[in-house]
Order: sequence, then structure tokens, then C-alpha cells
Amino acid sequence: MATAILDRTAPNDRTAPIDRPVESSPGTSGRLDSTGLAVTFPRVIRSEWVKFRSLRSNWLTLLATVLGIVGIGALASAAFTPDPGDADAFSNPVTVGLSGNLLAQIVIGIVGVLAITSEFTNGMIRSTFASVPKRLPVLGAKALVIAGVTFAVALPTMFGAFLLGQALIGEGNASLTDDGVLRVVIGSAGYLTAVALLGLGLGTILRQAASAIGVIFVMLLLAPQLLGFLLPASAQETFLRYLPSNAGDAFMTVDPAANLLSPVMGAVVLAGWVVGVLGIAAVLLQRRDA
Amino acid sequence: MIVVDSLSKHYGPHVAVDSLSFTVQPGVVTGFLGPNGSGKSTTMRVIMGLDRPTSGTATVNGRSLADHRAPLHEVGALLEARAIHPGRSAYDHLSAMAATTGVPDRRVREVLDLVGLSSVAKKRAGSFSLGMGQRLGIAGALLADPDTIILDEPVNGLDPEGILWIRHLLKGLADDGRTVFVSSHLISEMGLMAEHLIVIGRGRLIRDMTVDELRQVGRDGRVDVTTPYPADLTRVLLGQGVSIQSTDDAYTLTVTGLLAAEIGDRAVAQGIPLHALVPREASLEEAFMSLTHDSVEYQPAAAA
Ligand SMILES: Nc1ncnc2c1ncn2[C@@H]1O[C@H](COP(=O)(O)OP(=O)(O)OP(=O)(O)O)[C@@H](O)[C@H]1O
Ligand SMILES: [Mg+2]
Repeated sequence: MATAILDRTAPNDRTAPIDRPVESSPGTSGRLDSTGLAVTFPRVIRSEWVKFRSLRSNWLTLLATVLGIVGIGALASAAFTPDPGDADAFSNPVTVGLSGNLLAQIVIGIVGVLAITSEFTNGMIRSTFASVPKRLPVLGAKALVIAGVTFAVALPTMFGAFLLGQALIGEGNASLTDDGVLRVVIGSAGYLTAVALLGLGLGTILRQAASAIGVIFVMLLLAPQLLGFLLPASAQETFLRYLPSNAGDAFMTVDPAANLLSPVMGAVVLAGWVVGVLGIAAVLLQRRDA
Repeated sequence: MIVVDSLSKHYGPHVAVDSLSFTVQPGVVTGFLGPNGSGKSTTMRVIMGLDRPTSGTATVNGRSLADHRAPLHEVGALLEARAIHPGRSAYDHLSAMAATTGVPDRRVREVLDLVGLSSVAKKRAGSFSLGMGQRLGIAGALLADPDTIILDEPVNGLDPEGILWIRHLLKGLADDGRTVFVSSHLISEMGLMAEHLIVIGRGRLIRDMTVDELRQVGRDGRVDVTTPYPADLTRVLLGQGVSIQSTDDAYTLTVTGLLAAEIGDRAVAQGIPLHALVPREASLEEAFMSLTHDSVEYQPAAAA
């Protein structure tokens, strides 16, 4: 067993496949030292990072997200005239400057969804699970990579969009030092991060991009309106604020409306959604055939 | 060593694998044979911990794959369907796998060289031909220098050179003392590649035998003889227990009831020249079909 794997198996010239294979001389490669080859969580994270960064589509999508947030925010800001008498959230210069988020959340949700559904679709998941048969570390590592990348991209983007937006608004604009503004700007990056994780969880549960993206769309954009029609007014008061998008709004508006949770509770509830969805995803991932 | 013990796998009401037990020993190439839909791929997926068994167990070196510290170093597998993201390069695909278990970068390049994909290592795997995808899968299987190698239909899509190459490769791995378990549709290919065979049908074990034993199964003692004087030869050979059929080729006879040596000796004694004398090594296909005929699930209507 001490022989190098290549020595025994190097094909001769006539069997050269596409390239002419290496002629390995003894000693070029011993058998790998097995003691160092344990699967560890940091290694799985590294693997997921390699996977993420090696897909050009991920970077193009992130670029589109950045441009979308900054661009839409700039357009909305340029067209905006502050009216302090209007209590609606969208009359707040901070919200206007960050209005690109409405669209960005869907794009980021899709990034999260595709991080796992693409593996189910093209079979990569089998290579992944053959490498990490315990499976759970894969979900954990994907979550960390997606969350890390999203937050790292979203945070400077939010600051950029905010500053550009306020500059375009000019008179009556908000400043980072105003009450609650920093919370909104940082919270918006946190919200996108949570949405990416929801996408990952839903993608793991549903395994198909189309259905998971559909659910994201309904959950974040349609559910507040839809339930607004369906539920009796009293129930609306109680339940709607716990929807992920409304929980997010609780910390993404400078002055949360009365029917929203407090900023801290909003963050807690949103985190609860993420943990819940990823928890279900973890259980199903363990149990099902790959 | 792979041990499959009373393994069953149901998909809803469908029984894909049915109380299957067998052992794959190290040191020889073991072939996994069975008609379409007999459960080969399913069994391999269960061994890889990808499909959950309905009952029974499948272990590699005494443990299920998830219980090994370094699974890729324990078992390398090429499974039936491509397990590669088409948007990723061959190099990145292997790098991602290598990273999970600390396999160095140098080894990634080594296996790319080994399978002959170095020059396309940076190309998107989605642009690969069937055979190139297969080579990349094999590179992934060998990546962490595993003790056990499981390959589902590895010659699928490979050109003749590639087939020859993989035959040598597997032989070398087995000679190294590794466990090598390979399924194939091509029984004749298996005859060249494997020494031992696990034959299944409808998810059940049919035979656990050597390739030589399979050859015996279909051996029927027929010999093809070609001679410019078929009539003379027929006269010389005919006798008790001997039957002779003519073939499409007017100069070739099929003789039953005599060994090739006896036919040759008698022809020489009578001065009859022979141009060919070929014992019908029963084809492995025929032998295989005689074993599995009863358990073929998806037969052409005419044969049913
Ligand atoms: N995921 C699945 N869901 C439902 N049925 C399945 C699934 N996988 C396999 N089967 C069924 O199980 C049986 C065994 O399939 P399997 O792919 O293991 O056979 P096989 O021996 O590999 O066939 P082949 O030689 O064609 O590759 C088949 O009838 C197949 O339809
Ligand atoms: Mg198969």
C-alpha cells in the first residue's frame, strides 16, 4: 500500500486520453497522508466559498443588486421632495434613499435559493454529500458563506445608497447621525442577509428553484397585502406584524408605524423566521434521499 | 471492503432493492451486473449514504460513510448521473471537493493530469463531452486517494482508448490492495475488467461468483471449424454423440460433442487442412442472460 497511486495507474502512451497523461516517476506523489484528511467545519466552509466564488453568475447577480439598490435609490431620491407633514414611511428621506431594497430582496432571495437548488438540479449535491456525508455541515457552511457575502456586499451598498440618495434629496434630507438612521442603514443590510438565508432554507426544503422563488415572492411581497384582504381586521392587527417583511420594516424605518413591532422585536422575529426555516431545512436535508 | 447486509430500498410501492446481501473484497476488481432497473445504481447510492435504506445496512470498512472521519479518503465514487455544476470549471469543481477534507492543490492538478483533462481544467464543465464529464467524475473519485472506489458505469461515453485506460487504472488500483466496485452494462467489458462478479436482478442477489465461473455457465461445448473440405471433414467427425451443423459460411461447420483438440487430431490424421478451429467460449452475454433471464424487469415485448 505504500506505492504511489500514480505509479501503478499511469497509462502507457497508447492509452493516452485527451491529453497525453503525465508520466509519473516514482516519488512524485506518495499516497496522501490520511491523518490530515479529516472533514472539519472550517474546511467545509472553505469548500462552500470555493463553490460560491467560482460561479460567475453569483458575482453578476451581486453586481446587479448593488447597482439596483444604488440606482433605484438615486432615481427615487432625485424625484423626491420631502414633506414633513406626511407620516407615510415612503415620505421619509431615509426610506426613499434605500427604496432599491424592495427589488433587491427578491434578487438576493434568489441567490440564496440557487445556492442549493442548483446542486439538486445538476446533481452536484451528490458530489457534495459524498464529500460530507453528515450533510448538516454543508447547510451550515452554505449559510455562513451566503450570509457573509450578502452582508459584506450589502453594508457598503446601503451606506453608498443612503449617502447618494440624501445628497440628491438635498434640503430636508436625513443624516447618518439622526436618530435611528444608522439602525435603518445597517438593519437594511441585515434584512437582505436574512432574506438570503430564507432563500437558502426554502431552496433546501423545496429543492426546485421555481417553487422556492415563488414562495419567497409571496412571503415577502404578496403576503402582507394578501392577508390584509383575507384576514379580519382584528386578526390583521395581531398577525401581520410578524410576517418577515413587516418584521424587517420594524427596524428598517426610522419611525416604525404603530402597527409594527419595535425595532428590536422586529429583528428577533425575523431571526426567528430564519432559524425556523433553516431548522426545517436541516431536518429534511438529513432525512431525504439526495 | 464493502459489506451490504439485508439491504432493501423501496421508492413508494416500488421495491428497487430487495434484501440484498453481498461483500466486496479488496484486492480484486468486482463487477456489479444486472439488467436495466435491477437496482445497481440504487445500491451504490445507498453505499454512498446518498439514499437512505428502507432497511438493512451498507458499510465500507466497517462503518457507514457518515461515520468515517475522512469520507473522500475512504471511498471515491463516480455515480450514474453527472454530479457536476455545469457553470464551474473542472479545476474549481475538484478544488471545492478537495477543500472539504484538506486535499492539497497539487493533488487536484495531479488527478486532472491523470485523467487527461489538464488542458481544459479551466473550462466550464458544462461544455464537456460525455466522456470528458466521465473523466472529471473519475478524477473526483480518485481525488483523495481512496481505499475504496465505486464506479457506476464508468465506461459510459468513453472512447476505446479511454476504456482501455480505465481497465488498466482499475486493475492497478485493485493490485494496490484497494476495493474496486464497478457496474457496467457491457458484460463483455466486465469480463475484461473484473475478476469477481455480483449479479443482481429485480433488486435481489442472483449470483456472487468469479468471472471464470460465469464463463462456465454458458459453455456449451460447440466448436467452429473452417476447412476447404467440409464434406470430407463431416464424414471424418460424425459419430456417436456428435452433431454437425453447417453455417452461413459454406466452409465453416459448428461441431457439438467433440473437443477442439479431437477435431484437430482427426483432421490431421486424414490430411484435411483446417483454416480455423475455434471453441465457442460461450459468450458472457449469453451466460449472463441465461442467469438473469427470469429476473429481467424491462423486457422488449417480443421477448416477454
Ligand atoms: N429516486 C427514485 N425514485 C423512484 N424510483 C426509483 C428511483 N431510483 C430508482 N428507482 C427505481 O428503482 C429501480 C432500480 O433502479 P436503478 O437505477 O438502481 O437500476 P440500475 O440497475 O442502475 O439500472 P440501469 O442498468 O438502467 O442503470 C428502477 O425500477 C427505478 O425505476
Ligand atoms: Mg444504473
